[in-house]
Amino acid sequence: MIEIKNIYKSFGDKEVLKDISFSCFQGKVNIIIGQSGSGKTVLTKCMVGLHKPDSGQILYEGKDFVSMELEDKKEIRKNLGMLFQASALFDSMTVEENIMFPLTMFTDMDRKAMLRRTNECLERVNLEGTNKLYPAETSGGMQKRIAIARAISVKPGYLFCDEPNSGLDPQTAIVIDNLISELTKEMNITTVVITHDMNSVMEIGDHIMLIYEGEKWWEGNKEAILRSDNQELNDFVYASNFMKTLREKF
Amino acid sequence: MKILFHAGRYFMLINRVFSRPEKWKIYWRSIIDEIDKIGVSSLGIVALMSVFMGAVIALQTATNIDTPLIPDYTVGFTARQSFILEFAPTMLVLILVGKVGSNIASEIGTMKVTEQIDALEIMGVNSASYLILPKIIGGVFIFPFLIAISMVLGIFGGWFVCIATGVVSSADYIYGIQYDFRPFHVVYAFIKTIVFAFAMITVSSYHGYYSKGSALEVGKSSTDAVVYSSILILILNYILTQLLLI
Repeated sequence: MIEIKNIYKSFGDKEVLKDISFSCFQGKVNIIIGQSGSGKTVLTKCMVGLHKPDSGQILYEGKDFVSMELEDKKEIRKNLGMLFQASALFDSMTVEENIMFPLTMFTDMDRKAMLRRTNECLERVNLEGTNKLYPAETSGGMQKRIAIARAISVKPGYLFCDEPNSGLDPQTAIVIDNLISELTKEMNITTVVITHDMNSVMEIGDHIMLIYEGEKWWEGNKEAILRSDNQELNDFVYASNFMKTLREKF
Repeated sequence: MKILFHAGRYFMLINRVFSRPEKWKIYWRSIIDEIDKIGVSSLGIVALMSVFMGAVIALQTATNIDTPLIPDYTVGFTARQSFILEFAPTMLVLILVGKVGSNIASEIGTMKVTEQIDALEIMGVNSASYLILPKIIGGVFIFPFLIAISMVLGIFGGWFVCIATGVVSSADYIYGIQYDFRPFHVVYAFIKTIVFAFAMITVSSYHGYYSKGSALEVGKSSTDAVVYSSILILILNYILTQLLLI
């Protein structure tokens, strides 16, 4: 479980996060939604330690990640998997080497065992036989799945996904969403997804928070989204004409 | 103030680069790769430039000596001194800044803007050390070999052109390259090479590591890496010469 308590973050004069508190539960897909520029990615970067919050706490199983010593942070980070918006696969490495990388770095597995684990991960994301390809030789959807395989290779306790289906066609987006949801349940991990895709939210979201201009405006589950009378949430959810029509019909 | 900011950030990066690596085994493999990328792949251009520059230096010296008071062996002497003291350790490194330095900056810069460095950090890997340390060790190790090859080939280029054109006899040229030889000049050249290699690799890595934004920024980082590495090498060249030769 990850608890975020009263997080503030500014860049120069611009206050990007204002008093954000939120809990991310184990075995659930926790989703952070909001418009572009609302502070979702900055919040996630604070959660994984790429940005240092100005104040507040980020507790991993009760231990404050913000005030931790670097060595302790490293230990937590070894238990994190992250899927980046642009996949962030290492271009100079093959698919196999990408997935093996965290295993080589942080485990004492021999090459045979690492290869076995790599193949297991590739099988799990339905990409058997792609071991020797380079990221540039794969499609956007495949790259996301390879990045997921890399993220789960060390069996992490926490999985962060930054806009996991941006730039993907609707069918591939659903495949990625379902994969994230299934892995969360199977591995009983704490998953945090940042998105502005309402399909993803309604498809896999267990616990949802809306950020609006750096502040938390709403928190709840997907069933509550449809019943909510929160103006900012409704403006966000029903921004498209299609959603508006759906709401009017039902 | 900006220069202080960059100097401070540069030294902080260097501090991170030299912190304890996660796994030496992986670094060892990367060092071998970097020796190949930085050094072995530059052999062709080093050889070509050295032979032709040696030939040109010998020809220019020979054509400028039109008084019988200056002996013919001066051609060999000048070619040797030019190559050992300046061309191989300084000019060649400056030329390699354009190839190796820009390559380092664009490689690390691309990794930065495509979030590959963030991915390393999130995994708990010290990205500065993982990416830059093998380049420093590889470069500092291989550059003296490149420079030694350059010295030999440059002096050979001069000898070859003297024989081919007959401007100076082979015996005079060989006497010239042996005349008043001071082994410390070679040591001085290697000291300069090691310092310049370190400066070039770290400055280029710094510019790549702190790239932000888009591919356009990576291009800018690459240009900055070449410009600032070159300036630093020129300043260091003066300081080292003053310290070691005067």
